[in-house]
Amino acid sequence: MPVLVNLPTVLRPHAGGAKTVSSAGSTVGEVLTGLVGEYPGLSGQIIDSSGALHKFVNVYLNDDDVRYLSALDTPVKDSDEISILPAVAGGAVDPRVPRPS
Amino acid sequence: MLTLARLVHDQMVAHCLTGLPEEACGLLGGDPVTGEALTCYPTRNLAASAKLYTVDPKEHLRADRDAEAAGHAIIGVFHSHTHTEAYPSATDVAQAPDPEWHYVLVSLRDIQPVVRSYRIRGGTVTEEPVVLQSR
Repeated sequence: MPVLVNLPTVLRPHAGGAKTVSSAGSTVGEVLTGLVGEYPGLSGQIIDSSGALHKFVNVYLNDDDVRYLSALDTPVKDSDEISILPAVAGGAVDPRVPRPS
Repeated sequence: MLTLARLVHDQMVAHCLTGLPEEACGLLGGDPVTGEALTCYPTRNLAASAKLYTVDPKEHLRADRDAEAAGHAIIGVFHSHTHTEAYPSATDVAQAPDPEWHYVLVSLRDIQPVVRSYRIRGGTVTEEPVVLQSR
């Protein structure tokens, strides 16, 4: 069944510039795999080479982070909406050592 | 260039100071074309660390929706460096999620917080001017 997938700005160029696309599947993984099939430029950006969710993205089913559901095995239904956002992280490597100038 | 509404600047610095001794982080909503940050979205640091930060994904989703509803977008991220200067670390560069974003660093190393902003594209860091706008 088709569900809507909201893409982050950084991935939109790989989907013809679209902000929202439609893809079919009965689980989050099937929907995302279908999406990559339709837009090969997304390959490796959402699902990693081991077939797991890429660590640099967060995927939500409606309001929930799918990592706290059943990840790619989370079932989806018609009215659901999937959102993808970049994982935002970083930090100072060692707070005691300033960058050499 | 990043333009920070005065309130956004103050909320951002306050969130970083409140987060001590850990790093604090948040997102900036605004106009991606003009580089004007109009809304500060302080977020939880899921890493709960003085060295690392991870923006809470649920709060990111809420901020993204709020910005979209206001006709804006998330245009950048800020985080504090508690003991180092306001310059992106190797971790920050390696994990920069979007080349169009503004990467704001708030250094709390000295008495006065120091706010600086960068663009990070293809691993290259370029500082950009920060303009404070009174509203």
